[in-house]
Amino acid sequence: MSESKMNAAAPLLQVRGLKKHFPVAKGWFSRKNEYVRAVDGLDFDVMPGETLGIVGESGCGKSTAGQMIVQLLEPTEGKIVFDGTDLASLSGEQVRRARRNLQLVFQDPYSSLNPRMTVYDLVAEPLIVHGLASGKALKTEVMSLLEAVGLGPQHADRYPHEFSGGQRQRIGIARALALKPKMIVCDEPVSALDVSIQAQVLNLLKDLQEQFDLTYIFIAHGLPSVKHISDRIAVMYLGKIVEIGSREELFASPKHPYTEALLDAVPVPDPRLRRKREPLPGELPSPVNPPSGCAFHPRCPYAQDICKQQTPVLEPKADGQSAACHFPRNMDEAGVTI
Amino acid sequence: MSLLEVNELKTYFKTAEGTVPSVNGVSFSVEAGETLAIVGESGCGKSVTSLSIMQLVSDPGEIVGGEVRFEGKDLLNLPKKEMRKYRGNEISMIFQEPMSSLNPVFTIGNQVGEVLRRHKGLSRGEAKQQAIEMLKRVGIPRAEQIANNFPHQLSGGMRQRVMIAIALACRPKLLIADEPTTALDVTIQAQILDLIGKLSEEENTGVILITHDLGVVAEMADRVVVMYAGEVVEEAPVYELFERPGHPYTIGLMGSLPKMSEQRDRLDSIPGAVPNLLDMPSGCPFHPRCPFAIEACKQTKPALEEQQPGHYVRCLRAGEVG
Amino acid sequence: MAIPTESGAGALPVPPKKRSEARGLKKGLRQLLRSKTGMIGAVIVLIVCLIAIFAPLLATHDPNAVAPIDRLKPPAWLEGGSSDYLLGTDNLGRDIWSRIVYGSQVSLIVGIGAVLVSGAIGAVLGVTAAYYGRWVDAIIMRLADSLLAIPTILLMLVVLAVVGPGMWTLIFVIGATNWVSYARVVRGEVLSLKERDFVKSARMIGARSGRIIFRHILPNVMSSFIVLSGMNVATTIIMEASLSFLGLGITTPDVSWGGMLSDGRQYVATSWWVATFPGMAITITVLGVIFLGDWLRDVLDPRMKLKNG
Repeated sequence: MSESKMNAAAPLLQVRGLKKHFPVAKGWFSRKNEYVRAVDGLDFDVMPGETLGIVGESGCGKSTAGQMIVQLLEPTEGKIVFDGTDLASLSGEQVRRARRNLQLVFQDPYSSLNPRMTVYDLVAEPLIVHGLASGKALKTEVMSLLEAVGLGPQHADRYPHEFSGGQRQRIGIARALALKPKMIVCDEPVSALDVSIQAQVLNLLKDLQEQFDLTYIFIAHGLPSVKHISDRIAVMYLGKIVEIGSREELFASPKHPYTEALLDAVPVPDPRLRRKREPLPGELPSPVNPPSGCAFHPRCPYAQDICKQQTPVLEPKADGQSAACHFPRNMDEAGVTI
Repeated sequence: MSLLEVNELKTYFKTAEGTVPSVNGVSFSVEAGETLAIVGESGCGKSVTSLSIMQLVSDPGEIVGGEVRFEGKDLLNLPKKEMRKYRGNEISMIFQEPMSSLNPVFTIGNQVGEVLRRHKGLSRGEAKQQAIEMLKRVGIPRAEQIANNFPHQLSGGMRQRVMIAIALACRPKLLIADEPTTALDVTIQAQILDLIGKLSEEENTGVILITHDLGVVAEMADRVVVMYAGEVVEEAPVYELFERPGHPYTIGLMGSLPKMSEQRDRLDSIPGAVPNLLDMPSGCPFHPRCPFAIEACKQTKPALEEQQPGHYVRCLRAGEVG
Repeated sequence: MAIPTESGAGALPVPPKKRSEARGLKKGLRQLLRSKTGMIGAVIVLIVCLIAIFAPLLATHDPNAVAPIDRLKPPAWLEGGSSDYLLGTDNLGRDIWSRIVYGSQVSLIVGIGAVLVSGAIGAVLGVTAAYYGRWVDAIIMRLADSLLAIPTILLMLVVLAVVGPGMWTLIFVIGATNWVSYARVVRGEVLSLKERDFVKSARMIGARSGRIIFRHILPNVMSSFIVLSGMNVATTIIMEASLSFLGLGITTPDVSWGGMLSDGRQYVATSWWVATFPGMAITITVLGVIFLGDWLRDVLDPRMKLKNG
């Protein structure tokens, strides 16, 4: 994203101190309440027209965060300000209306489309529900939406099961697009698809962004696809953002050791770059009982005593790049990016 | 003699709608100590190929032709009882979803020991000891305690390690790994791939790695077989394949990958979707999606021909497009 | 495969979907032809329905006409039988064939009627419990539990004894006590559907509760509902027969197979046909319904759908 764009406008979405703690079902007589800290304090802005990528491994809380942003889940704590409105202050009916501008593309194109509705009905539904079109206008609108996502009128009277995964995802995108939202949260939109189809859908999302002036939050575990589509990227680990920055900076010079390890773990489709790497040891700790201090310290090759005691805060480490780490990577003595 | 030779293997599924040729004349070979990757998208027949080698194809699937030679012996002609001696012993397999391949009511140690007792005739005690040894080798911490745990008490990565322990317990000569890391996160995937690589090297195990991920292929394979719609469309040593992909499908697959090392505005996607195996296009099955297709591709089914030593391509225009 | 349901939204210029519907039907029929028991079930149920519909044409006598001279006549093919009474007569000289023919009407009406009543009650309560959750759910499900804790046949006996027997009373009594299985199944389905992505998707595009329930959830509950209903028709037919056997179900002039069985009970030793033929009618009909229900389950079960389509 260009600098000018960032300065010119107010953020479309502001997330502050966002938390979601799910109570753990325990025995009947247990007194202690335990919580899964799925999301444990997120702060970030999304500018109009940009794409913010959120990456992290399963259990890092990225999908939970996405569901809270679109109001499918109620935050335990924190604020979500969308287009100048605090979403928490809205009544049910107001949320319904606010969603016209805030849509979601689901991960699984198989379960997110009602199997008993035709493609036409699926794409027309948002328009009918909000009373935006009827009769001939509705039909025209649905057909133009289908065309926008690369489907044709011949598909309109078919049922979802007659389509491949990629085509179903197109239907899901058309449905999200129908209300002409300002922002679409894409929750792992391509991870259920075949490689050659992933590229089609990624290209489509990019085209639509241009055509409809969309702002995206792109949630994924696949780093290459996130890199391809995002302007800025936030890396999550155990419910928190450990690093956030522009795509170029983050990939060229990751500051957080976890980001570094994540980048290193992605298999590169080029046998000449095959590395004799030592993979990052260990596994994701339990979000019920996260490690003290920096949650990454038990797996971190650079951890020192302070990492076990003090939780690092997310702070700027370089231009447009913040990380939550006591010993950020790729810096020289004076703390400047190498 | 190769460790494994698959010749013109055909596995068809007879459904109410018609016969689905999931594997339609597939041939390849694996040498001892070699890692062969079979790559392709869902429905290309790569998994059915591996199940056919193990003769684990379930109804209504049926192996209708070809041969599978393991150390020269045709496995398809073996009596069922004989075949069971190979499975899990000489040839073993790991799957994508470790949870469903582990029995939820037995402990980890019990399940690893079970294979040893069956194939090596070890006593209960010996089997348990060796099982713990095996768990240690696959990098499971506190192996003694974990051996007494049940599958649901472990994470996905740990379960896959247990699967590998079971698969390698009898020191098989051939390991078939069907999307072994697809269900895992990248950092765990790196650990598991690393483990498979190390152990197979130590034991000189032949590995068939089935995957859709070209990154994993580049990372692990010595040779690669690319499958599309039930057929091998290209076969080449790994460096050769990534440097000079010869089939338009392989070229398309590589172009559709977003790369970590470069930034492009658009990915070169392959248009359309994998064809319905019940209603295959005439001629070359890839022609409707192929940017290089000419009239002849609609009529003539190309043969797999050697372009370079060891590099086979099934394309009428193989020389021109690569 | 597609079992397309009612397309709701009346205002929509609904595109033609005949093709898909026809394909679904054809596929279903093909599966029916492949399934032997399904075929047998369908044929039996079809025959019973035809007999019920054309009862006045098929019956050779008035089912209630008493003929004291002809009492306990054996079936036509036995010694002493008369071609006048195909399956013989009962202790009052009533023609057993004609009574079985008319009894099929009662069995079907009670079977289907009670299932409709209990299905309606169960569906409404199940959806309400699952969709609104919390205390609504708690109250409805505890009510269901307590109904399960009471021996229903005794409850029905008490109610029938107080209100008095009769076909319509029977339908409502069976319906009002049999809704629990529906409520449970529907509740379970709705609970799982509620968490499905397409229901979340409906919320995302701003659909209100009514639309979500009627357009997104209910059509997807239908197949389990139909399968359960098929099985329940069978149990209800048995239940009607039992209650009539005990003298609290169907009363003259209506004829019930269960009642006939009861009449023939004392004569089993001497005139076996009085009880045997209605007994066979019950068994064959119930088996037919069960076979058909099994086939329905195979066709409508979404997991089977995945496999076949």
